[in-house]
Amino acid sequence: MATETLARNVVESGQRAAARSNTSAGTEARTATFRVWRGTAAQGRLTDYPTKVSEGMVVLDAIHQIQAEQATDMAVRWNCKAGKCGSCSAEINGMPRLMCMTRLSELDLSEPITVEPMRAFPLVKDLVTDVSSNFRAKKRIRRFTPRPPDAPDGTWRMSQYDVDRVQEFRKCIECFLCQNVCHVLRDHQLHEQFVGPRLLVHAAQLEMHPLDILDRRDELKDVDGIGYCNITKCCTKVCPEHITITDNAIIPLKERVADRHYDPLGKLVRLIRGRRAGSGKREAGGGMGDGDGGRE
Amino acid sequence: MAEFQRHEHDVLVIGAGGAGLRAAIEAAHAGASVALVCKSLLGKAHTVMAEGGVAAALANVDDRDNWKVHFADTMRGGQYLNNWRMAELHAREAPDRVRELEAWGAVFDRTPDGRILQRNFGGHKYPRLAHVGDRTGLEMIRTLQDYAVNQPIDVHMECTVVALLKDGGRIAGAIGYDRERGRFKLFAAKAVVLATGGIGRAFSVTSNSWEYTGDGHALAYNAGAALQDMEFVQFHPTGMVWPPSVRGILVTEGVRGEGGILVNREGRRFMFDDIPENYRNQTADNEEEGWRYTQGDKNSRRPPELLTRDHVARAIVKEVREGRGSPHGGVFLDISWIRAKLPNAEAHIKKKLPSMYHQFKQLADIDITKEPMEVGPTTHYVMGGVRVDGDTQMSTVPGLFAAGEVGAGLHGANRLGGNSLSDLLVFGMRAGKYAAEFAARQGNARVDAQQADAVVRSALEPFNRTSNGEGPYQVEHDLQSMMQELVGIVRREEEIRKAIDRLKSLRERAAKVSVTGNREYNPGWHTALDLQNLLTVSEIVARAALERKESRGGHFRDDFPDKDPTYGKFNIVIKRGANGETQVTREAIPDMPDNLKRIIEENK
Repeated sequence: MATETLARNVVESGQRAAARSNTSAGTEARTATFRVWRGTAAQGRLTDYPTKVSEGMVVLDAIHQIQAEQATDMAVRWNCKAGKCGSCSAEINGMPRLMCMTRLSELDLSEPITVEPMRAFPLVKDLVTDVSSNFRAKKRIRRFTPRPPDAPDGTWRMSQYDVDRVQEFRKCIECFLCQNVCHVLRDHQLHEQFVGPRLLVHAAQLEMHPLDILDRRDELKDVDGIGYCNITKCCTKVCPEHITITDNAIIPLKERVADRHYDPLGKLVRLIRGRRAGSGKREAGGGMGDGDGGRE
Repeated sequence: MAEFQRHEHDVLVIGAGGAGLRAAIEAAHAGASVALVCKSLLGKAHTVMAEGGVAAALANVDDRDNWKVHFADTMRGGQYLNNWRMAELHAREAPDRVRELEAWGAVFDRTPDGRILQRNFGGHKYPRLAHVGDRTGLEMIRTLQDYAVNQPIDVHMECTVVALLKDGGRIAGAIGYDRERGRFKLFAAKAVVLATGGIGRAFSVTSNSWEYTGDGHALAYNAGAALQDMEFVQFHPTGMVWPPSVRGILVTEGVRGEGGILVNREGRRFMFDDIPENYRNQTADNEEEGWRYTQGDKNSRRPPELLTRDHVARAIVKEVREGRGSPHGGVFLDISWIRAKLPNAEAHIKKKLPSMYHQFKQLADIDITKEPMEVGPTTHYVMGGVRVDGDTQMSTVPGLFAAGEVGAGLHGANRLGGNSLSDLLVFGMRAGKYAAEFAARQGNARVDAQQADAVVRSALEPFNRTSNGEGPYQVEHDLQSMMQELVGIVRREEEIRKAIDRLKSLRERAAKVSVTGNREYNPGWHTALDLQNLLTVSEIVARAALERKESRGGHFRDDFPDKDPTYGKFNIVIKRGANGETQVTREAIPDMPDNLKRIIEENK
């Protein structure tokens, strides 16, 4: 393509996109009402805040505006405002979302927009909840433990194909929305018995990490409570990073646990061999040579 | 003495981004008892937003790369105001620090032969940035976080430090409050590492999160430590410009590294128009060569879009000012054009720039695989910070260390992309190591009860003021607009003087702000306290900007548009005088050893 044509196309396409983007954001300023949970665990209620909304705003912008103009002590947790840190999780019109990535143009502004804290966790104040159980749960999962380096200079070799799989899990921004919708945690409050989808994703990235050599199947069953998950897939639906939590992380982990604990043939083999048959992962060696490390 | 939750440690690390985590890990490795305090939850610090990659001369993609070239690139990018010792250590040690992350579980993108993949970035001669798509910072912080929680480190999340404590000349600890309940915590410590990041919230258009209120800069300054290079604020050339609510959010340089081009409204690829003399030899003189470079051709030179950030940012400002901007006041950044070059361009873009794809799709309704983005400069980074010893990272106050963005020296007048993530690993590690060593040599410091009480009293003042006073948000907002307008990308003397003048009245307003509610998770109160730090650093930036009567790197003076060699011989150092006055001095840059001079000559 000739350079001039290319650059002209860029400009034309850019101007069209800018114009469309204007329209889709709704350019005229108007007022919308935000019905925000105010209060602590002891007492609280939904309070209406009418506020001016304008083009391209997200829910977090509206909350900030209300904070600046009407309710300076309204508690809200946020950091990056770009969907990367996972701090501003809340329930918007009942849907668990990141406030910074929820555009007002997606919502019906003729009705009040309800903004409530995540319900699976103890309330601290207003929109802020105590999510410390998630940090404690992570400590229950044994840490990354690599095989010895592949090369004399202390480095490893991994193929992109093998790392793709764990990179999906490592996209997690720890917003804990998946934990919030998990009925085991939300309705049954079994935070101490079940680590929840976020931490199962964490366990999956360790178990499927091309370099990791630990076998966490016993602890997944006995400590992490993987059996509590009955695959309703709510976690996958709310993940802002679009991680296929259930299908790619939890189900394969469940299969591994089942292979180890509920497979009579495997049990017999192990009995005969008088020791644990391989870890169920990476028997192929996981090096570059076989090109199949970490896959099953 | 006021009521405190009291904690005693050898080393207190303030800030839990990459530098703080790395420092805490190293201090714990050295056997020190360590507390790590952070304003947010663990893993949410600003490092998480770093996109493009971490610079280290691993030479996995181009075997001509080595620490010497990285050193020379860093010095050239910093316009030779860098602390050359730090630039040397950084270039030498970054590869080990990156490999170490892999041993702790980080999963970088791979080369075809299975090693860590590296990509091109502005100002780096060879592909040097180890990366994970465009979410490298997340990978790094999660790796460090997951490693750190298995170390004996006492973590205090959502805790803000309001003052450092001293025992005579040396550091004695710090006082902070927990955000959740508003209770004060006293940390007695033999050594303190500041790892608090930057000052971006002093400006209205910024890629920085709310945490970036210059806390560490202000804490150090108030404790009597010297700061340097504070006139050098990096305005990243490509932030989002539309819609207004997302203005300033970063668009990674990786877009240009993957072949993205900048185009003005006339359809001109304007970056070819003005290529600085000291980069001419390394810059492509035609579009085809630039494209080949981005695709890994070792015989091609980089496209002008990958010139240093200060240069690209000013070029964009020029286009906009002269009426050639895009509809929303930026310019076009286009990656979709590579469809003409690559058969699977759409999938390629989504794979290489996944967060950018989602960011634009979700926030601006733009599909970057099909359409150009609109971008413009955004406040991104401060090169200046606490003046430290290059080897140990200790400030001019014994026992007070600084690492990462809050420290100064490595980047000189302008930071190269990717050098920040490596900075925080290399110097986070060094600060942790030397802080632990320092602590091991010290007896317990004495905490002055009177000083501690005074800190608490002053922190609670906003609650005691009459409730009809102004709230903190408006003052913060006015400060940000003022700094953006008067001490922003393009500066001139009368504007900077006006800024210093306005700071006086803003300070008066800030001294009167009142907050409502109680101490439990009260953002109004938090903002009132952060505001003090923002005012302190804004004044320091303005004073330093006034003193440097030339244009260099991130500092551009409209009234002195050229570089002046006499200003290339010193750093501007700012300190708080005995009576609270701001002292501005010029400190000569020590002469560089011959071996380093030679390296620079060889890489000219």
